[in-house]
Amino acid sequence: MDAKLADTTGVDNPALLADAPPPRKIGPAIIRFLSSPTALIGTIGLLVVVFVAVFAPLLSPQNPYDLMQLDILDSRLEPGSESFAGVPYYLGTDGQGRDILSGIMYGLRTSLIVGIASALVAAVIGTTAGLLAAYSGGRIETLTMRLVDLQLSFPTILMALMILAILGNGVTNVVIAIIIAEWATYARTARGTALVEREKEFIEAARCLRIPGYRILLRHLLPNCLAPIIVIATMQVARAIGLEATLSFLGLGASVTQPSLGMLISNGYQYLLSGLYWISFFPGIALLITIVSINLVGDRLRDVLNPRNAR
Amino acid sequence: MVTSLIRRMIQAAFVIFAMTLIVFIGVNVIGNPVDILINPDLNQAERALVIKHLGLDQPLWSQYLSFIKGLMQGDFGDSFVYKRPALEVILERLPATLELALCAMVIAIVVGLPLGLYAGLYPERISSRLIMTGSILGFSLPTFWVGLMFILLFAVQLGWLPSNGRGETAMLFGTPWSFLTSDGISHLLLPALNLALFKTSLILRLTRAGVQEVIMQDFVKFARAKGLSESRIILVHILKNLMIPVVTIIGLEFGSLIAFSVVTESIYGWPGMGKLIIDSINLLDRPVIVAYLMMMVILFVTLNFIIDICYTLLDPRVRLEGKG
Repeated sequence: MDAKLADTTGVDNPALLADAPPPRKIGPAIIRFLSSPTALIGTIGLLVVVFVAVFAPLLSPQNPYDLMQLDILDSRLEPGSESFAGVPYYLGTDGQGRDILSGIMYGLRTSLIVGIASALVAAVIGTTAGLLAAYSGGRIETLTMRLVDLQLSFPTILMALMILAILGNGVTNVVIAIIIAEWATYARTARGTALVEREKEFIEAARCLRIPGYRILLRHLLPNCLAPIIVIATMQVARAIGLEATLSFLGLGASVTQPSLGMLISNGYQYLLSGLYWISFFPGIALLITIVSINLVGDRLRDVLNPRNAR
Repeated sequence: MVTSLIRRMIQAAFVIFAMTLIVFIGVNVIGNPVDILINPDLNQAERALVIKHLGLDQPLWSQYLSFIKGLMQGDFGDSFVYKRPALEVILERLPATLELALCAMVIAIVVGLPLGLYAGLYPERISSRLIMTGSILGFSLPTFWVGLMFILLFAVQLGWLPSNGRGETAMLFGTPWSFLTSDGISHLLLPALNLALFKTSLILRLTRAGVQEVIMQDFVKFARAKGLSESRIILVHILKNLMIPVVTIIGLEFGSLIAFSVVTESIYGWPGMGKLIIDSINLLDRPVIVAYLMMMVILFVTLNFIIDICYTLLDPRVRLEGKG
């Protein structure tokens, strides 16, 4: 499905990005990037999210994993109410008396780490496979691309379920599942772009100079294929965060001791029918802000890096 | 035509074969079935006996052969939880999932297609911009969270719709269906809406992109110049040309709806295959997991095969490529 979405938006179309020269001047590019209001909102949102996640221990009113700080008398308090000791709970507390706000801050950390780590590793694996396929051609290419096609014909969530069914539950396994489920997207994009770049004169020149193959791949082919890969990687971080949250919600992901946003939402599920909305609602809003911010940034990145719009 | 058909069939068979290998290796080599299947309290002699009984003392290739043999006969062993054949347990749940997925697909088409058509025909209007922004939300909102919020809004706050189970069912062709009773429909509505959300956005955006492409073509200009009514241009000339990509996507996405129903079924306690597989993974019910995975593989390979054939029939360019 990734592929189809990308097709409709043009991310995946290598032809659109094929001629993209690496941006020489960073300054104007940033100004152009921020000139769109939605991109500005996305960037600010993303900065806030990352800031909160990084400095969670300093910012949060409470350490939700420190049992000493929890008081069962404070459980299921409404947003805005005060604790037994007089500390305000801006977003209420959950069934164990944990502050929802603090839980979200710590949960963001887990979600972001899982999302970024899995997207990065998938990007490295997928790009390597795609570039190698395009550069070497022949049987390696056929084999790799068959595998990619095969994988893209299954929905991501099904791939992830399959892998988790085999490996068992847990955060590490979720990361592995996301990597296996998403490397194919990168591989296809990288190959598509590299196929165009490969034919260009500078590669031929490098070959004539008898520069070794790995060096041509790394120093000449890769930098010229990066633009679409960066765009896809941005979007994939958002997808990975969403997927992790979904898997955690299904009880296949993060452990109770280190909850991600999905786990927090799942915790509130049992209280939902009694009308205690805040336990699920606020972590969901945090998840939404994260995903939308990343998508807005990715959307704008695509426009800026796309040479067709640059002129 | 026939050669390409045969070639695709061989490819499909190869994919299924490869997947049996992956699933088998995954379950039997990466995960150790002995730990999962055998009671840890047993002593060494009893353990050996059980291993022998389950055939786990055989070399891997012979275990694989018996796995394939079971697969051919639809025999995946008995579910540990239900004490009945795994395939039977799954097939029993299939109608519920199909019902949910079909309803979601209908909702996605009925909502997505007209809205996309509108947004494509009048891109400058504010309402079109709102629709497009809404569709971005449809992509970004995590499905499971929206599901919970639906429950909160429609079941808890407003009390309009129930949030759990299938409700009253009526029998048709020997299987129970919810959409035949009013109580069943009220149970079906929330999960179907939830599942449809993502696909609605997808169909909406595809339709809009398609309209904007078609509307620039000469035959539309010609139809306008001929003085045809706007409704005829839209319904006949534009819509007809939109249908090929949209129908393909609908076909492709139906499979992913079944896969995504895992999430929706878990939220709404819908007794379908998706909920079953999550429960089975949590309970380590290995026969059911394997049966589900193999069923999904076969389902997707078949779906892709059918879509490939439809492509060949609908689009002459693909046919020619096959020959050349």
